[in-house]
Amino acid sequence: MSETVPITVRVNGRERTAAVAPRLLLVHFLRESLNLTGTHVGCDTSQCGACTVLLDGRSVKSCTVFAVQADGEEVQTIEGLAAGDDLHPLQDGFWEEHGLQCGYCTPGMIMSALNLLRENPSPDDARIREGISGNICRCTGYQHIVNAIRNAAERMAPA
Amino acid sequence: MTSANAPLLPKLIGERVKRREDPRLIRGLATYVDDLKLPGMLHLAFRRADIAHGVIRRIDVSAAAAMEGVELALTGAELAEHLGPMPIGTPFPAPDHYSVAVDRVRYVGEPVAVVAAADRYLARDAADAIEVEYDELPAVVDPEAAMADGSATLHEGFARNVAVGGYQGGTGVNAETAQAEDDSAMDAAFAEADVVISQCMLNQRLAPNAMEPRGVVARYEAGSDYLTIWSATQNPHILRTLAAGMLGLGEHQVRAIAPEVGGGFGCKINIYGEEYAAAALSRLTGAPVKWIEDRTEAFLATTHGRDILGDVEIAAKRDGTILALRAQLLADIGAYEVLLTALIPTLTGMMMNGVYRIPVVRHELTEVFTNKTPTDAYRGAGRPEGLYFVERAVDMLARELDMDPAELRRRNFIPAAEFPFPTQSGLVYDSGDYEAALDTALAAADWESLKAERDAARAEGRIVGVGMAFYVEVCGLGPSSVVPTGGWEHSGVTIERGGKVTATTGASPHGQGNETTFAQMLADHFSVPIGDIAILHGDTGVVKQGIGTFGSRSQAVGGAALMLAAGRAGDKMKRFAAALMADHEASPDDLVFESGRIQVAGAPEVSRSFAEVADFAYVPVPLPAGLEPGLSEEAFFEPENNTYPFGCHISMVEIDRDTGEPRLLRLIAVDDCGNVINPLIVEGQVHGGLAQGIGQAMFEEVVYDEDGQPLTASFMDYVMPRAADLPAFELERTVTPTPVNPLGAKGVGEAGTIGSSPCVVNAAVDALAPFGVRHVDMPLRPERLWRLIHDRDQNGGQP
Amino acid sequence: MIPTAFRYRRAGSVAEALALLREGGPGAKLLAGGHSLIPMMKQRLAEPELLIDIGGLLELCGVHAVGDAIEVGATTTHADLAASALLRERAPILAEAAAEIGDAQVRNRGTIGGSLAHADPGADLPAVLIALDAAISITGADGSRTVPAADFFRDILTVDLEDGEILTDVSFRPVRSAAYAKLPQRASRFALAGVAVALEMEDGVCRAARVAVTGAASHAQRLPAVESALVGARLPEGAAAACEGAGDALDFVNADLHGSEEYRRAMVAVMARRAVESAAARG
Ligand SMILES: Cc1cc2nc3c(=O)[nH]c(=O)nc-3n(C[C@H](O)[C@H](O)[C@H](O)COP(=O)(O)OP(=O)(O)OC[C@H]3O[C@@H](n4cnc5c(N)ncnc54)[C@H](O)[C@@H]3O)c2cc1C
Ligand code: FES
Ligand code: FES
Repeated sequence: MSETVPITVRVNGRERTAAVAPRLLLVHFLRESLNLTGTHVGCDTSQCGACTVLLDGRSVKSCTVFAVQADGEEVQTIEGLAAGDDLHPLQDGFWEEHGLQCGYCTPGMIMSALNLLRENPSPDDARIREGISGNICRCTGYQHIVNAIRNAAERMAPA
Repeated sequence: MTSANAPLLPKLIGERVKRREDPRLIRGLATYVDDLKLPGMLHLAFRRADIAHGVIRRIDVSAAAAMEGVELALTGAELAEHLGPMPIGTPFPAPDHYSVAVDRVRYVGEPVAVVAAADRYLARDAADAIEVEYDELPAVVDPEAAMADGSATLHEGFARNVAVGGYQGGTGVNAETAQAEDDSAMDAAFAEADVVISQCMLNQRLAPNAMEPRGVVARYEAGSDYLTIWSATQNPHILRTLAAGMLGLGEHQVRAIAPEVGGGFGCKINIYGEEYAAAALSRLTGAPVKWIEDRTEAFLATTHGRDILGDVEIAAKRDGTILALRAQLLADIGAYEVLLTALIPTLTGMMMNGVYRIPVVRHELTEVFTNKTPTDAYRGAGRPEGLYFVERAVDMLARELDMDPAELRRRNFIPAAEFPFPTQSGLVYDSGDYEAALDTALAAADWESLKAERDAARAEGRIVGVGMAFYVEVCGLGPSSVVPTGGWEHSGVTIERGGKVTATTGASPHGQGNETTFAQMLADHFSVPIGDIAILHGDTGVVKQGIGTFGSRSQAVGGAALMLAAGRAGDKMKRFAAALMADHEASPDDLVFESGRIQVAGAPEVSRSFAEVADFAYVPVPLPAGLEPGLSEEAFFEPENNTYPFGCHISMVEIDRDTGEPRLLRLIAVDDCGNVINPLIVEGQVHGGLAQGIGQAMFEEVVYDEDGQPLTASFMDYVMPRAADLPAFELERTVTPTPVNPLGAKGVGEAGTIGSSPCVVNAAVDALAPFGVRHVDMPLRPERLWRLIHDRDQNGGQP
Repeated sequence: MIPTAFRYRRAGSVAEALALLREGGPGAKLLAGGHSLIPMMKQRLAEPELLIDIGGLLELCGVHAVGDAIEVGATTTHADLAASALLRERAPILAEAAAEIGDAQVRNRGTIGGSLAHADPGADLPAVLIALDAAISITGADGSRTVPAADFFRDILTVDLEDGEILTDVSFRPVRSAAYAKLPQRASRFALAGVAVALEMEDGVCRAARVAVTGAASHAQRLPAVESALVGARLPEGAAAACEGAGDALDFVNADLHGSEEYRRAMVAVMARRAVESAAARG
């Protein structure tokens, strides 16, 4: 079966048009078709969050969304976070606080944290831990990730 | 040239330097194996056994081969014409093990066929279209039953499924034959004992679960007979050696690359069948091929860790003096031996002395095959099992004697003055000050108030316990006599024209931050800005030789090799500098590196810039006598001994009376890994290790049913610790440098994992002690705890 | 893991979705948030030929007060339920239960309609809607009908929904003194045992109660024995007594490595007691 469906998705502010097989997962559309390989795949049962991107401003697991479902929508990935050389405060926070080791979970963590801070700009540690509970990190024990998100929240707070 | 007024460069060793690898990672720009795309690349998918044990009666790949986009579909038997049995890295006898099963399958997930197709979707479709029928054999699941009369056997030549049988170590054992020759000391100790503690406990099977699953890209270039293989591996040099052997090539025809690697924790040490198969299929199809594991495959076909049953006995005096310890160890190694499988449980045996001056220690190890995924290293590899057995048993002894567990431990510690300390198990602990670590931990936890807090909580009817565990571990793995793959590490240091520095290391990191710590060391050594230094790794085409990253050896062995090479390059550079400063009669020995210059010690006005000397070395006119041009040196470092980090962990656990759910309230960890290059990175390593050790204590276990079907083949059933499951860890450090390497660094990658599991279980048992509980196996499943509370609650605390 | 191939249509209206369902026949399936269906398709446990995407149907989305009832559209996401001020104020049980589903990403995609239609034995919302005595509205080729939530769930992954029908919304009389208590399975976060309770309280005494359980059994269902034990009880003091043995009445209870039958039955009683206590504290 080789039906394809034309889709148009705004990815990191850029309009992208493609004809995709309906079964193509959003994560593979991003990684294979658009070469945005910062979004990772860590599981096949929608648990790990490595594939997290923002779809219309909300965090989603892009391994559990078909690319066709994103037609007409806006997607933001880790690659779209920094403005040129200016890192996003979350990226700075992760760097500063050593919020990553192997880095595999990191893009998804950062996108989840972005969703969290959108909903709650100054979360306490318990809220941070709950807010990233859809993301698994095997390296860090999460503590530096929590510090990183707190650090970013402080940077992002209006002075 | 005279004095430079450049600002002095601060020393970086010991500083919390931000990691240099992070910018690419936090921007999503790093390249992991799955990010590689080569023109014309095919994708592999494996068809895997869905039964635990059986003979392949019929396998037909023709439907798959005929499908859209499929280039090649091969059965195991067909692939075996191109790939022989896989090599292992231990001296133990091992059965044949093919990349793809030839005629019989021995665990759920074992590959039986492979397809190469135009993309991964089509490859998956084709693998599903392969027809396989089996004649099922009885599954061997329980390791004790595996050795019983009448059990089915997995391999010809391994009667009763025994891979390694009755392998002994310790007091009264002949190390050559691994057999006991003299029982007198053991018998006397047990005869003299006032108390004997005896407990059988399981250190359960775990799935390593690096977040990046395994993956490989192989490109065989027929014209030049050259194989390039990119793999998510911890040791590209071993991959090169073994892949060359499997494909009938020389090492000069293979380049192995570990690009960005998303965690390993031991499971990416082994070189797997999929890697060899990818290389072979690239050769057969003439196209580059990629295989990326999915998580379910990772649960089934990536090596598991642990799974050792320990039956431990301790003999002690009433005053707490431990007289002897003996342990029967039974390791369930799964269906095959892979790279280090049979070796790992031997490390468990070697650790049975723990941190104690136990005069008589012995273990006997048996390893058996079962119809499960093969085991190999998992963070700590053998040592966590050993320390868990010792620390649980010591804790039980404290309870039996009604002594404070800290006091009992203190009484039996190897005293600081007795290092280097030869243990009964044949190791020589390099250095240690266990009392200092204990005191630091007791102070950090405020042990007495912690116990008072527990008592107060109990008075309110809560189920709360405190626990402690002490660990020592062997790491910085070397010398070659103990590491079958070679116990050294290699490094190269080149001072480039213009004075920038390129270093290579055979330690191939995957999250450990070597690009930062190694650059810190070189920056200090040469007194140049850290930004002037590049650390290259993970590519046998760039890094001439290497072993890899495991056994917490990066710093202690890899770092030492780096400094040896840096020393050589620096010495040569000083000779060039001295030649440039001949007017001042500067001797190389008087020169020092200082803030981008090379100057006479104590006379900074006599100096040359680092860059100028580097340039001179490459265009040396005139060439100083006795010197070759250039500044590129290399070194192999082989330590004389391993290093033995240690530490003390304390925790507080609460158990929900109604549901049995455990909650870790506090975890205080004091670790001593010798000298520290970068505290930020060391803390990160400890945190990660703690989470994995806590994961073992509280959450994780690979479970099979009686037919050998895995019940935990995804994150839906295998409980991984998440952020909300863990408290903020409280860390402290003591520093006892090691004499065995010039850095005084011991290694820290596995430390947190080893202490935290027994620590948390000891706390849980303390919590349950009022219910008459002496021991509970890991993981702390809510139902298991609920039963302990509930079944006894009803009977006034009686079981 | 990769799903098998299928055709995809996005429905612009309920009417169009119904027409597409009719055309597609038994191989057609609705796709809402996809957070039950896509994982099953990736494991090839579901292989639909045609997916009809109703996820974007605004006519089915939102939480509205209609008279003295609250109506929730089928494609309202769990996140929207959790954030709904109307629910927080008038039926906090639904907002709170939604906030405990899975994780943030799942809540951003998963919908109430999908959760009810899929009827995973461990799903949270079915119990909550039974406790709220919600009416489930269904539209098909032959028109619309409503089913009380308590009758909707039939068996494991089985509900009162025919091929070709769409669940459009649920509506219920809001109750403040209602609460949900859940023991999560530690890996998947679905309910190992979850109990929802809605009470009518008068001067600390329970006048009426609806209690529903999920997680423990094949499907969400009422616990009539607990309901009658609660009526007339002084709460929260009498909660434990009323809930004792709450799980024993179930004829079938799931068992797996996360919890045996015995454990789950016991946990039903624990969760029931906790839910009653929280609900009573509101009332
Ligand atoms: C990682 C993870 C964790 C989760 N944890 C929880 C949890 O803790 N608790 C919990 O309750 N749930 C949990 N879920 C499930 C989640 O809530 C799902 O979103 C929900 O069960 C299904 O909603 P959906 O919109 O995604 O449905 P879909 O997956 O789109 O559809 C599910 C089924 O319902 C049918 N369907 C959908 N909408 C309609 C409709 N309007 N009319 C008729 N049929 C329809 C579809 O055809 C399909 O058969 C979890 C899911 C994941 C992936
Ligand atoms: S890859 Fe999407 S959740 Fe794991
Ligand atoms: S940094 Fe490796 S998984 Fe999180």
